[in-house]
Amino acid sequence: MAGVQVSNVSRSFGAHKALDDVSIDFADGGFYALLGPSGSGKTTLLRQIAGFDFPDSGRIAIGGESVERVPVEKRRIGMVFQNYALFPNMSVADNVAFGLSVRGEAKAVIAAEVKRALELVQLGKLGGRRPHQLSGGQRQRVALARAIVTKPRVLLLDEPLGALDKALRVDMQIELKRIQREIGITTIFVTHDQEEALTMSDRIGILRDGRLVQEGPPEEIYDSPKSEFAATFLGDANILRGDSTGTGIRLPDGTAIAAGAGATLAAGAKASCAVRPERIRIATDAGSAGRANGNMLRGQISKRIFAGNNSTYFVERDGQTLKVIVQNTGIERLAEGQDVVLRWSPESTVLIAAS
Amino acid sequence: MAIQGATASRSGLRSALPLLLPAYLWLTVAIFLPLSAMVFFSFMTDLPLSGKPWAFTFGNYATFFSQSLYLRLLWASLRLGLEVTLWCIVIGYPAAYVLAKVLKGRSREAIFLLVILPFWSNGLVRIFSWAMVLREGGILDTALNAVLPFKINIDLMYSYPAVIIGLVHSYVPYMVLTCYLTLQAIDDSLIEAGRSLGASRLQMLKRVIIPLSMPGLVAGAALIFVPVVGSFMEPRILGGRTGTFYGTVIEDQFVAVFNWPLGAALSFILLAVVLVILALAAPVLRKAA
Repeated sequence: MAGVQVSNVSRSFGAHKALDDVSIDFADGGFYALLGPSGSGKTTLLRQIAGFDFPDSGRIAIGGESVERVPVEKRRIGMVFQNYALFPNMSVADNVAFGLSVRGEAKAVIAAEVKRALELVQLGKLGGRRPHQLSGGQRQRVALARAIVTKPRVLLLDEPLGALDKALRVDMQIELKRIQREIGITTIFVTHDQEEALTMSDRIGILRDGRLVQEGPPEEIYDSPKSEFAATFLGDANILRGDSTGTGIRLPDGTAIAAGAGATLAAGAKASCAVRPERIRIATDAGSAGRANGNMLRGQISKRIFAGNNSTYFVERDGQTLKVIVQNTGIERLAEGQDVVLRWSPESTVLIAAS
Repeated sequence: MAIQGATASRSGLRSALPLLLPAYLWLTVAIFLPLSAMVFFSFMTDLPLSGKPWAFTFGNYATFFSQSLYLRLLWASLRLGLEVTLWCIVIGYPAAYVLAKVLKGRSREAIFLLVILPFWSNGLVRIFSWAMVLREGGILDTALNAVLPFKINIDLMYSYPAVIIGLVHSYVPYMVLTCYLTLQAIDDSLIEAGRSLGASRLQMLKRVIIPLSMPGLVAGAALIFVPVVGSFMEPRILGGRTGTFYGTVIEDQFVAVFNWPLGAALSFILLAVVLVILALAAPVLRKAA
């Protein structure tokens, strides 16, 4: 078990900068998500940590030991692949045993370790099966057992749940988290699914175009994104753009928006405010909620999407569409075409420097 | 469910018939008819075409067993087949691996072209080119003597190695192609998974890549072994006096001695032996594959 330090790592493929001066510290025993759209460099970063590919510059350390030039087979890492990558010519037990057996462990030791690993992933009885006889979720568990049975220093997962259907994915998220807690291994997983990143990880690193955009605990990134990209990529956000007033922004039409969180910006600079859709209250009557120093905008509902326990309203305002999500706690509904007032508190408003 | 499945497959067969028919018609006319004629000939004392009287006999088959020469030649041909097949594996498999797993894009296309080039050149031209390379004072001899400081004599012409070289050259593309196809189908992530588990390249080759490409090796071996055992062109031209094999004896019966019945009988004995070998090898190979 060990932490992983990535320092100033860059990697180019031809003219394309896949990783551009990325530094990120994965503490021992943590569960990390590398989140980003496709082409953001998240998989490239994982492959650098695994040792399939070496960085052009920068340093990668596992447990304090520099490994950036050590090939994968000597790094003592465990890896789970998106397509599971189980050896089709071997039984489940032989797949799990592979890492121990290439190391020349004694047969009795291998048998005991394999049994334990298969029990940990709750596949104790399926050791004799072939991979093609298993369901997707079971294959995923075998791949996990195979990766952890060698007691690697780090567990790396490349979109591990991408190939599973939604219900199974939620099960596996819980399962993966349980197993990770149980063995306490530093885990880094790559995903493009923001929900997966939010629910599973202790910390999230958001990548874009080969750069680390923001890194921190899920709540921190969600509550105070440092860029419009982070705000909109992790969760949903309404972005209002205008000129900084130091403590908020002034929209082009003169409306002031107060922000209680985010960057400190000099007045007059271009800036944005981000507001989560569920933080906005929507009402027809302007007078009913006339609290002081709250943010308020008027608009017209252009569309309503009913999703059972909540409804999403799209509100047109000065050429911009704002999104509001309301829990359906009562039966009162607002209709499309209705004029409404949107209110939210400055605490729910994050000031972001214009990108 | 079961009944539904049965009707579905029956109607599938009916719709497939127009597609299958040309191939089977062709096989019947082009292979089955001449082959049956040959079976018929092999039980005759003489060709009916020559006008001489003929009778039904097992004598042609008896000849094979009565003279140890034929058995010895068959054994030599089987050994030749085995050796050529092994050389084709030794040369073809690494080439297929590099083609499938190392090279990408244009360089792969270029190397691929070089591999299948022998396929497109005429067999006789290919063999006589080798004759020019291998004989004393030939290309190989001259080139080596131009480079080396001392005088050596390279004359591989009319020797067993020359036959092997010629046959391996003719047949190695089969091995490269069949192995390339199976190696190509192996997901790169399997190799990465093995490496992440600490396996060396050699361990990966032994425990994952070779087992998974076994079907290609087996198919390639069968495609090479069978025709090499019956080959006559390479042994005759490159082997000279040392190039007498079972295949050349069969050829002699047809083109020189004009004893078609004996030639046919010898061919069918070869066919039977090869089928027995493949049948015996099948369970082992199926397990390996």
